[in-house]
Amino acid sequence: MNSNKLPVDVRQRAQWLLGSCAGGSVGSYTAAAGIPNIVNSVSEFIRRRDGAPSYPENIYISPGSQWSITNILKLMLNSKASPRTGVLIPVPCHSTTILSIVDLGGAIVPYYLSENLGWELQVAELHRALESAKGVCKPTALYVINPGNPTGHLQTRKSIQAVIQFVAEKKLFLLADEVYQDYVHGENEFVSYKRVLAEMGPPFSETVELASFHSVSKGVMGECGLRGGYVELVNVDPAVMKHVYTLFSKDTCAPVLAQIALNVMVNPPRRGDPSHRLYTVETEHIKTTLLHNARRAYEVTNSLPGVCCQPMDGGAFIFPRLALPPKAIQKAKEAGTEPDIFYCNRLLEDAGILTAPGCQFGQREGTYHVRFCILVPVATMEELLRRLTSFHTQFMAEFS
Amino acid sequence: MSQPALNGVSGPGKVLTLDSMNPNVKRVDYAVRGPLVQRAVQIEKELEQGVKKPFTEVIKANIGDAHAMGQKPITFFRQVLALCSYPDLLEDDKFPEDAKKRARRILGACGGQSIGAYSASQGIECIRQDVARYIERRDGGIASNPDTIYLSTGASDAIVTMLKLLVSGAGRDRTGVMIPIPQYPLYSAALADLGAVQVNYYLDEDRCWSLDVKELRRSLHAAREHCSPRVLCIINPGNPTGQVQNRQCIEDVIRFAKEEHLFLMADEVYQDNVYAEGCEFHSFKKVLFEMGPEYSSTVEMASFHSTSKCYMGECGFRGGYMEVINMDPEVKAQLIKLVSVRLCPPVPGQALLDLVVNPPQPDEPSYTSFMKERTAVLAALAEKARLTQEIFNAVPGITCNPVQGAMYTFPCITLPQKAIAKAKEEGQIADAFYCMRLLEEEGICLVPGSGFGQREGTFHFRMTILPPTEKLKIVLQKIREFHLRFTQEFS
Repeated sequence: MNSNKLPVDVRQRAQWLLGSCAGGSVGSYTAAAGIPNIVNSVSEFIRRRDGAPSYPENIYISPGSQWSITNILKLMLNSKASPRTGVLIPVPCHSTTILSIVDLGGAIVPYYLSENLGWELQVAELHRALESAKGVCKPTALYVINPGNPTGHLQTRKSIQAVIQFVAEKKLFLLADEVYQDYVHGENEFVSYKRVLAEMGPPFSETVELASFHSVSKGVMGECGLRGGYVELVNVDPAVMKHVYTLFSKDTCAPVLAQIALNVMVNPPRRGDPSHRLYTVETEHIKTTLLHNARRAYEVTNSLPGVCCQPMDGGAFIFPRLALPPKAIQKAKEAGTEPDIFYCNRLLEDAGILTAPGCQFGQREGTYHVRFCILVPVATMEELLRRLTSFHTQFMAEFS
Repeated sequence: MSQPALNGVSGPGKVLTLDSMNPNVKRVDYAVRGPLVQRAVQIEKELEQGVKKPFTEVIKANIGDAHAMGQKPITFFRQVLALCSYPDLLEDDKFPEDAKKRARRILGACGGQSIGAYSASQGIECIRQDVARYIERRDGGIASNPDTIYLSTGASDAIVTMLKLLVSGAGRDRTGVMIPIPQYPLYSAALADLGAVQVNYYLDEDRCWSLDVKELRRSLHAAREHCSPRVLCIINPGNPTGQVQNRQCIEDVIRFAKEEHLFLMADEVYQDNVYAEGCEFHSFKKVLFEMGPEYSSTVEMASFHSTSKCYMGECGFRGGYMEVINMDPEVKAQLIKLVSVRLCPPVPGQALLDLVVNPPQPDEPSYTSFMKERTAVLAALAEKARLTQEIFNAVPGITCNPVQGAMYTFPCITLPQKAIAKAKEEGQIADAFYCMRLLEEEGICLVPGSGFGQREGTFHFRMTILPPTEKLKIVLQKIREFHLRFTQEFS
């Protein structure tokens, strides 16, 4: 703390943070929802981002966003319920939340994103999904991921409004997973569900029940290993909030280093601070790399025969569709695997690239996809695309 | 959005209400952070605002948080963690070589050489290997397989994960989980949350809170009438009771578990916190294997440890692990799937655990200061355990069993009939009423015994022995004075 090797703003922030810890130590437990000063800074961040009020008592910090998602789902799902409680989830969707829903005894009600429209969410499809649940389960919540994972689709304000109107009309609890909000590489801006809800005014802003999730795992921080995330709850019944507290308190608290990372994320060095320059250089580099990789990956995958990638505005992945030759599909069937798993296995064995097959995320029957992460150094991205091109050409030739 | 709106308005029209929500969650209670603690936080705010009270600070003796009470972190651990968090410091010659060596090794095992990368869901492999070696050293050479070790977000996370796997069935076939009374309320909270059947077995207060197999048998047979008991949870050293089980007792429990076909869960997070003469920590794993293959190849067991207690006290890092013995391989595949939903345990906690199981050795530069710090912490705790026992037992109306281990005292308090009646009027259990008065009058926050479970008609409180010795003496004094006043008021 007394060394000149660390910039003064770093030392001041550390002092302030340590002063906020019990016994001045990051080894102490904290309040269940997180260190109050840090929770306040998260609330401040949300207020600045959205231009709408945010109250600290509605915010809970947890070990990663999935932990909060699980706790909120737990409030609604009960394995003994008959009929089972349903949660509408997008197809495609990353598997972790689905696993939580199933684990808690909930029913999955899939709604298909429109691939040909850049993976847009269509409200008509939400209606269809809800209809399909009649007699099967009792839908209670709608889970959206914005920006999308694996799709990279960024919702427009209009789209978000339509979803909010839908949940208000159909009486659904809205779960907005916004962990990729800092990965935006298109021209459009991220706008939060909370902000749109506030802008829509009453009755929506006073009645729609919303849980928004964010995390230090993504964005320019990328501190997945620290396990830090939070949920902000809006319009939740105060009697239920007491139980939210109990649920989080039995997990004791989120790791303190993660809480600190969260504070730095929501309140980074500002212009004029000694660390601002280095911070800007580092974060600009990350953003430029991501933008470059997104463009290159989109270009190259779309140039490959039988591969079609939708434009991505955000997120950390590309999710191209593969038109696999019938012979390859046949070969996969003989091997007893899904065609896209077959493709991905060969991609790993022959080209040394590890990816995730589309079937892991859900996709329309008869379609195949593969998910690649684009959060790599530029040189690695080029190498990946080079190997992919070479592999794909050979694969298509082999099975033509 | 108005604040009341943001805070939600009760009543019709909401999707999520007390009626529509998961009924299991409504049954979850966690006394360690219950209403008393919430009131304590409120009082702290009032003090900050300048409200006059009979005390100037709230002493939070409710939670086993050593650093919050002034215990210092172990220097070596923090040095390595600093190096791991900010590797530029590896160039700084203020850090000893043995710290740098460990930091480099840990960073080498992390994706992209960063503790900010996800790790494997089961935990970083070389750390699991180190944990296995630690267990082997601790248990006199009995083998430990790194594949059976799962790192976790504190021991609590691993305990809940195991319970999730174990709880199933419906009606009479619903899983029953045997837990000690008194118990650490994570267990009752988790069981309520999972909708499992809580099966209580009583520790014997008259015999220093010892565990009697006869009582296990009684409890089990009674439970079989209405559920399917499958799990037996042991906390050793005990929380809140502090009793350290002797070897014979552990053998008897293992024998009982085998006879009755129960999965054993051994919560051993306080294994370094043993103070009383004649008491020694024996791990369930060690005893199991020393009982020979008839037991060691059949009894299914999970043992839990953590970085939150012992001499480290690093609660905020959320580090822990479990070692799982004799698990069905097909179930193991399910366990791996289950832990993947959490993605991975916090990497700083994993790094810290690695240091705990792999501390400085006699030939290393940091050894002497490390041992000095470790010894000092444990010696201070032992002294405070002794002091607490002594002072409480001298108070008429308070009886305190010897604090053999862990970090708490759980004395029995005799409450006057009038006080019990007054509490009832206010809709409270007598010991909660007592503790609330103690908080308001003296600014000392404890946890009422009812939060842990106790025999009908008895009352207790749990206090930590963590405050620095001088402050502890004052706290004990104030409780003494309060108790006498309280007894007088309601006589």
